[in-house]
Amino acid sequence: MFPIISFEWVWDMSHIVFMGGLWYALSVIGMGMTWCIIKAVVDTCQGNAAGHHH
Amino acid sequence: MDSALIPKGVKRCPLPKFAIGISAVGAVLLWGVFAMLLCWFKGLNQTNMNDYYGFALWIWADLAVIALGGGAFFTGFLKYVVGKDELKNIINYAVLIGFVCYSSALLILAIDIGQPLRGWFIFWHANVHSMLTEVAFCLSCYFGVLTIEYLPLIFENRQVDKVPFFHNLSHNMHEIMAVFAATGAFLSFFHQGSLGGVAGVLFGRPFAERSGLFIWPWTFFLFTWSAAACGPCFTLLITKMTEAITKKKLVKDNVVDLLAKIAGWMLFTYMVAKIADTVYWAMVTTPENGFAIGEFYSNWFYNYWWLAAELGTGAVAAIILVTRAGRHNKFSFVIALISAVICVCLNRWVMVLQVMAVPVMSFDTWALYYPSWQEVATTILPVAYGIILISISYRYLPIFPQEHELNSVE
Repeated sequence: MFPIISFEWVWDMSHIVFMGGLWYALSVIGMGMTWCIIKAVVDTCQGNAAGHHH
Repeated sequence: MDSALIPKGVKRCPLPKFAIGISAVGAVLLWGVFAMLLCWFKGLNQTNMNDYYGFALWIWADLAVIALGGGAFFTGFLKYVVGKDELKNIINYAVLIGFVCYSSALLILAIDIGQPLRGWFIFWHANVHSMLTEVAFCLSCYFGVLTIEYLPLIFENRQVDKVPFFHNLSHNMHEIMAVFAATGAFLSFFHQGSLGGVAGVLFGRPFAERSGLFIWPWTFFLFTWSAAACGPCFTLLITKMTEAITKKKLVKDNVVDLLAKIAGWMLFTYMVAKIADTVYWAMVTTPENGFAIGEFYSNWFYNYWWLAAELGTGAVAAIILVTRAGRHNKFSFVIALISAVICVCLNRWVMVLQVMAVPVMSFDTWALYYPSWQEVATTILPVAYGIILISISYRYLPIFPQEHELNSVE
């Protein structure tokens, strides 16, 4: 699953495409949520209330 | 008693009435949970599957709910990527239905793998040559996306929204929802496709095998296409059922009409492609593999009626949904939605269960499979769970933005 750490890892096209796709998706989701949470914490500490959004 | 939790300006049934309804469905849920625990503690000997018949009722249910949950990714794609802004009035419900479908699919898989404690092996010891590994990756990631899309709805509950952090978090998540929706569409395209791709590359099962484009059999594209077409139909069908049960109008007609029209054209084009694929498979692929088409339909149970039912329901739904008169007639509209749902469920049944039933060797016989009660109970379990989650969400969360306007309460 992880390059270098995992003993089963091989630097071939299958691993790069499969695991690359997985890590790409996880990175987008992870970074997106991290940004949302950090901004919410900052906004809350500063007392900024966001407007309603639908 | 729970009025402080109910969204402002809308009316809900009294709590005791709600509790009785939930308890009735909860009894069915407990039956399913009991069967699930039997499978986990005693093992897969509780099922009627064996080494010959490894893909059974659960895999059909899995593929069916994933296809029906396709309404979430396709509606999200239409709203956030294509820019069909009217769909903001139904996207919450599509997400909720998608969340129910995908969590159900993961639950069924957790029962099906026999040893759920080893579920993480599929990530850690990934077989990078398997389409099902890709399905597992995309399914898990997309369930994460659906959770992210569902969370803001929970944060918008009247009481939760009063907490500044959750209010701000919900606002921020809405702001970048297009990124999550686009990621969801990317993931869905691949896992819906790979589920079809698995059938198409079964060289040892000529009933399923298809020709294709490069490494992708045609079933790869047909599965994605059918999910994008029939998923929104399922969302609309559940919306209509919710409106009938609550005796309220929840979504304006123009929104329903837009989604139905798009789903209709997707279904129409899918049916053209599906019929072309079936004809080529029957006339070219199957004879090349040394089979006659009639051999695949020679059983008392699996006969040509299955093919006729699948193509017929799809064609009926497509023709109704692409015509304005068909969409605007309440009766024909509901018939079309039901037909579309049946069409995709039949397709998944055929591509999973009939594939396993058709004899492959000259000395083989038809392998008919009857699920055990534990399999049936665990397949009904997600239905009960879905009804409960939808009921609770409808009661306490602002699922339908137009509900207040369409049903003003003094």
